[in-house]
Amino acid sequence: MNAVTEPHHPYYIPRPSPYPIVLSAALFLLGLGAALRVNALAAGWWALGLGALLFAYVLFRWFGEVIGESRAGLYRAQEDRAFRWGMLWFITSEVVFFASLFGVLFYERNIAVPWLASFNAAHTSWAPFSPWPHFTAHWPNSGPAGTPFEVVNPWGIPALNTLLLLSSGVTVTWAHAGLRAGRRLQLKAGLLLTVALGLTFLGFQAHEFAEAYRDLGLTLHSGVYGATFFILTGFHGLHVTVGAIMLSAILVRAWKGDFTPEHHFAFEAASWYWHFVDVVWLLLFVFVYWL
Amino acid sequence: MSAVNPAIEHLHEPHHDAPPRGITRWLYATNHKDIGVMYLVFGVLMFFVGGLLAELIRSELLTPTMRVLSPEAYNQVITIHGLVMVFAAVMPITTGFANYLIPLMIGAPDMALPRLNNWGFWLLPAAAILLVLPWGLKLLGIGTGTIDTGWTMYAPLSIQAGPGADFAFVAVLLLGLSSTMASINILVTIAQQRAPGMSWLKLPVFVWSWVVTALLLIAVFPALMAGCVMQIADRHFGTHFFSAAGGGDPVLWEHIFWFFGHPEVYILLLPTTGILPHILATFARKPMYGYKAQVYSFVAIGVMSIIVWAHHMFTSGLPAGVEIYFMLSTMAISIPVAVLFFCWFGTIWRGSMTFETPMLFALGYIVLFGIGGLTGLVLSDAAADQQYHNTYFLVAHFHYALFGGPIMGIFAGLYYYLPKMTGRMYSETLGRWHFWLTLIAFNVVFMPQFLLGIAGMPRRIPDYALQFAPLNMVSSIGAFLLGATQLLFLYNLARTVFGTAGAPASARVWEGSSGLEFTLPSPPPFHTFSTPPVIE
Ligand code: HEM
Ligand SMILES: [Cu+2]
Repeated sequence: MNAVTEPHHPYYIPRPSPYPIVLSAALFLLGLGAALRVNALAAGWWALGLGALLFAYVLFRWFGEVIGESRAGLYRAQEDRAFRWGMLWFITSEVVFFASLFGVLFYERNIAVPWLASFNAAHTSWAPFSPWPHFTAHWPNSGPAGTPFEVVNPWGIPALNTLLLLSSGVTVTWAHAGLRAGRRLQLKAGLLLTVALGLTFLGFQAHEFAEAYRDLGLTLHSGVYGATFFILTGFHGLHVTVGAIMLSAILVRAWKGDFTPEHHFAFEAASWYWHFVDVVWLLLFVFVYWL
Repeated sequence: MSAVNPAIEHLHEPHHDAPPRGITRWLYATNHKDIGVMYLVFGVLMFFVGGLLAELIRSELLTPTMRVLSPEAYNQVITIHGLVMVFAAVMPITTGFANYLIPLMIGAPDMALPRLNNWGFWLLPAAAILLVLPWGLKLLGIGTGTIDTGWTMYAPLSIQAGPGADFAFVAVLLLGLSSTMASINILVTIAQQRAPGMSWLKLPVFVWSWVVTALLLIAVFPALMAGCVMQIADRHFGTHFFSAAGGGDPVLWEHIFWFFGHPEVYILLLPTTGILPHILATFARKPMYGYKAQVYSFVAIGVMSIIVWAHHMFTSGLPAGVEIYFMLSTMAISIPVAVLFFCWFGTIWRGSMTFETPMLFALGYIVLFGIGGLTGLVLSDAAADQQYHNTYFLVAHFHYALFGGPIMGIFAGLYYYLPKMTGRMYSETLGRWHFWLTLIAFNVVFMPQFLLGIAGMPRRIPDYALQFAPLNMVSSIGAFLLGATQLLFLYNLARTVFGTAGAPASARVWEGSSGLEFTLPSPPPFHTFSTPPVIE
């Protein structure tokens, strides 16, 4: 520890706080509601609604408290480091989550589908008994019992979306540069641009989903292709949404005069998250849309 | 920071030393000891819930023919028994040890992220309620009870299962969130909060075991969470991840589950292999043998455990080359595990040993877990496993590994640290009775199951052929004894925590103990190491 440069101060241990347990209760209600709802039980709506309200309320209050503590100067170098590493490990767990989804895509495409088709190979003795004699290994594929569909053209909306997200990565970095140099206007403009680009991305993505359902016949029911397509793009979209909410909160704080050139961990956390979502999109573009 | 805001003085309250009063001390806790205690209490409680379910299973299996449970109920009971024991009993208890002990062992004032810590804990009761709630709903005439697929939740069975399965998948999502938060907190604490001079290779072995455990949790639990989302999607949203009709593959779920599941068994095991050497060294009155070898073994076990998962899938129809790879890599894991055994023996070798309860449980651990590990090697032979897979041989293996390892280790750790936590000694006589009866009863329950498995009795079946009757009766009677014995433990625990019967414990507690936690009074004050100790 930097005992020389940093005189000892007691580590800040927050007072007892009601928010963690209430947040758990909110997630319990959301989980309960989801489990009831997917089984068509009407009580699920109540649990979901109540859970969502509680969830939003707690996050608002909890982050509010943390912001208050930060403004009061309670967080110094050691607390700051703890937050940083906490966020990095959290993003690591997200990386594993998406890596698993990509793993699923790889498995379905390169192992499951060829394996299924291998039962039809003419040189094998069981080919005449194959339950799906006309099934061949190709990608995209909706399986032996699947319905036909078309894929999204990568060079339409997806390419445009790639451009949008990449630019948003640049604008958020530009905002950061502004913050560090004390140019508040650049900070706010950069953040505003980033959020706007993110929202535009989401709008296009929603449009693309609607088109897939309406015109291409590409739905959740479209076998493994539809399943992997929507789970990867869907979870990514969810993360863009979360990132956009985080950045909007940062924007509001920046507007109110929060953050100093040296002290702005919340900004950095949100921007790390945003970059992470950016990188995931690049992989999505290549492996889901393009190849 | 240059100017200190006056608000700081106001907000700095937590540094006066009395614990907050009333129930909110626990509900709103930010103190690592309180949160650690809550984890321990919750885990022990759920250990008894899981145990009750086990007694139900063994009651059904006492004799052939169906007496106690319907086949559907039986399947639900074995499933919840497994899920509760793994996720709601063992994991919370080892996490409780982590929360209570790590700050004390590294000379930190608390965990790095105290509110996150509390959030992680309170997700556990939420998940546990979701697991058993479907039984309650069934009483109201809704649904068919809870999940009945076995704890491995294999597709396509899981896709066809009743609404209880959705509750279980949601519960696993909450459990994953909880474990991820706890792991983040533990890693950050160990990396950031060490007292000056506490370098990485001075960290106590227990702390190291948690470094690897927490890394493993972050590396594999999100994969299971993704899998649970896919299960729910296949069940309700028309996707075909695990269904061949749409080009998917049920075996994919097995890969996802065991990619998580095999590291998970080490997640359960490692924290107790961390406590064990401390206890052995204390009661052998010798320095721990092979500190670095143990640390490197933990790391090796952690890395290897991620690349051996398909030894659970030898009968799933994988290509032969793949099976051979997983067979050899699985066998290779026993090398770092054997290094740990070697260090344990080295630690007690020629020590002046005494056999207090923690030491008895630690030695019992070595014997029982040894049997678990060796039978694991038997199972890891892909050809032989065609015979053993899904028989009672497997059930016996993992109970020697999981009860013989984590549960024995937890008992050892609880008896070892109870005087430190409460300031009072437990009853040594009762403790020894608890140990010997547990050791005997455990073997009576599970030794016959090896024989049953070799004779071909399948697991997860509520009824069996007549030739299996005698050994099953022995096993069940053992189970009743094992269950009853745990009440001794509960009584001893309650007597120490709430009573005044026990003799006061000194700071050092045990004659041979060492470590920062034993420099503090027993029980330690509410806040400890607000000023970091200096490690030479
Ligand atoms: C040298 C160490 C070990 C080896 C070589 C080993 C090997 C194996 C193998 C090959 C199987 C699958 C058998 C089958 O499904 O037919 C298995 C199952 C299992 N093992 Fe181990 N094992 C070892 C240690 C452990 C440890 C340390 C634990 C837990 C602390 C453990 C817990 C389990 C469990 C829970 C299962 C069964 C899961 C299920 O199907 O429900 N094993 N082991
Ligand atoms: Cu395994």
